[in-house]
Amino acid sequence: MRSELQTRHSARSEAESQNLPTLTSLTLALALAGISAAAGAQTLTLVSWGGSYGRSVERAWVEPFIEATGIEVQIEDYNGGLAQLRAQVETGNVFWDIVDMPTPDAVRGCDEGLLEFVAAGDLPVGADGAPAEKDYPPGTRSECAGGGIVSATIIAYNDELFPGEKPSTLEDYFDLERFPGRRGMRRVPVVNLEFALIADGVPLDAVYRTLDTDEGIARAFAKLDTIKDQIVFWEAGAQPPQMLADQEVVMTTAYNGRIFNAQILENQPFTIIWDGQVQETSGLVIALGTPRLDIAKRFIEFASSSESLAAISKYISYSPTRYSGNALVSTHLDTGIEMGPHMPAAERNMRRALNSDWFWWADNRDEMNERFSVWLSR
Amino acid sequence: MALSLTDKRLRAALLAAPLVIFVAVTFLAPLALMLVRSVYEPAVADSIPATLNALAEWDGRDLPGEEIYRIAGMEFVALNAERRLGSVATRVNRLQSGMRSTMLGTARALGNDPPAGSWRDAMIAVDEDWADVSTWLAISRAGERITPRHYLNALDLDRGAVGEIVAQPEDRRIYVSLLVRTFGISAAITLISLMLAYPVAWLLAHAPPSRAGVLLLLVLVPFWTSLLVRTTSWIVLLQNQGVINDLLVVIGILAEEQRLAMIYNMTGTIIAMVHVLLPFMILPLYSIMRTIPPRHMQAAASLGASFWQSFRRVYWPQSLPGVAAGSLLVFIMSIGFYITPALVGGRTGQLISSMIAYHMEQSLNWGLAAALGAILLLLVVLLYLIYNRLVGIDRMRLG
Repeated sequence: MRSELQTRHSARSEAESQNLPTLTSLTLALALAGISAAAGAQTLTLVSWGGSYGRSVERAWVEPFIEATGIEVQIEDYNGGLAQLRAQVETGNVFWDIVDMPTPDAVRGCDEGLLEFVAAGDLPVGADGAPAEKDYPPGTRSECAGGGIVSATIIAYNDELFPGEKPSTLEDYFDLERFPGRRGMRRVPVVNLEFALIADGVPLDAVYRTLDTDEGIARAFAKLDTIKDQIVFWEAGAQPPQMLADQEVVMTTAYNGRIFNAQILENQPFTIIWDGQVQETSGLVIALGTPRLDIAKRFIEFASSSESLAAISKYISYSPTRYSGNALVSTHLDTGIEMGPHMPAAERNMRRALNSDWFWWADNRDEMNERFSVWLSR
Repeated sequence: MALSLTDKRLRAALLAAPLVIFVAVTFLAPLALMLVRSVYEPAVADSIPATLNALAEWDGRDLPGEEIYRIAGMEFVALNAERRLGSVATRVNRLQSGMRSTMLGTARALGNDPPAGSWRDAMIAVDEDWADVSTWLAISRAGERITPRHYLNALDLDRGAVGEIVAQPEDRRIYVSLLVRTFGISAAITLISLMLAYPVAWLLAHAPPSRAGVLLLLVLVPFWTSLLVRTTSWIVLLQNQGVINDLLVVIGILAEEQRLAMIYNMTGTIIAMVHVLLPFMILPLYSIMRTIPPRHMQAAASLGASFWQSFRRVYWPQSLPGVAAGSLLVFIMSIGFYITPALVGGRTGQLISSMIAYHMEQSLNWGLAAALGAILLLLVVLLYLIYNRLVGIDRMRLG
């Protein structure tokens, strides 16, 4: 866990350990970008998230692709965001060919002309013969993305800390009286505002409409206020399972795959509450102007098949976005357990799930972030 | 003779050239570029010149006429076809949330289905925000090539309807208080580091060489350890179920429910950063103290001064250059610190660097990040000048 945290932060820590102010080191990185770009012409660079998810990408997509085509693929880690990609595209010096990106970022990058279009017709038909354009649920794929993985931000708790009554709903996360103890929460407004409104009684289909009004935003923050002094904030996805294991918090928001890994591979006594979770999709995008467009397209095609998407679920509990991929989900490769019940897309888990509205967040992210920062410092 | 002097100068210049060029290319140029970015933003002006031209004639009070709607609408549609509207819309969205989808949605709808009659009616039909004066104000302001808005933003200010400067609404005022907190925390860290480092440096400087070597190693080993390892170690020690709290509970000093909150708050940031920055205080102090002859203290004692008197009047003034160097070093470094507060700062221990990183990496509002950085730079330079007045930079020595 610790080492995972470390890799996720390594890019930042490097700059910090040289004790340059962040701003300077970032601009310095831009200036130096040209130097590292000279690396081999036919090695494809794939950028993903590292950690246990990054290893799944390597085993499910990269290794089989190398075997099938003989094309070298180099994997790099990043921490999200469009900054590095924008710098590469704008300076005409692209060395990240394919990036594993959350759909909101892919949509924004697509709008801003940083990414190549990926036509649905270029993606392989599903294992059941369904054409790609009908195989993705509506609103889950950017025009610039292939691939497609669904993850969920869920609430998880440590069983040992609730010997009696167990929390079972999203409302319980906000209920300090029945379930006292500190809560873990990611230090961003995304997902948390949704959680607050759902727990405050707003129906799923009215969440973003409510957030469109000033009263709705105030209502969300007021709900967050009720647990504010019990919140421990996290940043990296590897932190919440660690915080639960250390009993630093009794309950936390987390990515479902991270909790799954802690449950299965480390035998941690954690339970996921599949209620009111917020689902997000991600996809694979190609940087505009990459000199390796041909092989990048081949990779996207390879990784977008139903089989490839389902292969991810042999290693971690993230669902294929494609309907036809979901049908192929089988067992965890290392332990042999049935993956179906652990997936965000499992029917039993979907009874009260909210799909994150990337459109709303693209419009309001900066303003919400300001308000969230003010809320934090008050 | 004169020739050989020129020769020598030339040689010196050549020897220094690689470093000068390196610093110019990797440090000064990007720095200058960032400063330019903080006031100069041509992207919108270059993308929608016709719209902005038409808006220049507009009074800014009533809704613009059909002509402006038509020019703007056509320009948005054309830009969208070239995939260039997105970056314009993102920039306008910073001035008014929601403009991104308003502009992109309208361009998409009108591109698929160009209006036969009035563009004004068609645009308002797609999105009623087009019937709002503030929408047009936002577009016209985003089109300013040279703009003070990033600096206004960075100081929690905004411009009102007729361009007057107003304060941001209270729930969006963030940067000034963060700046104040950053300086406060940095000052606290500097002071604590100085108090901890001074006795250690004294010990190092005046211990017999063999023992001083071991002590120095103890200072340097953490210095060589990864910053991240040290920061996460503090998490292990300080967290609620951590080593220190466990110990205090076992000894019986604290009851189970009284465990101290020493991390994920300002305390955590200060503790971890003091530890990380301590060597930068100890080393300058040590190198100065080594040059202070022990005989000075002995002489003061032999003239009848008490230890405290001779320390205050003989030793302390001689160690001041080291104090000055160490303090300045630690203070300036902590102002820009990022990873440690991000990991252990929780809610109340975040520094301004977290917002700069957010705008660099997430929101891509590099103009605002540059303005925040520039303000930070300016404050540091100001502080440095005041400091120079008080302490005298010529007295500061690193050894």
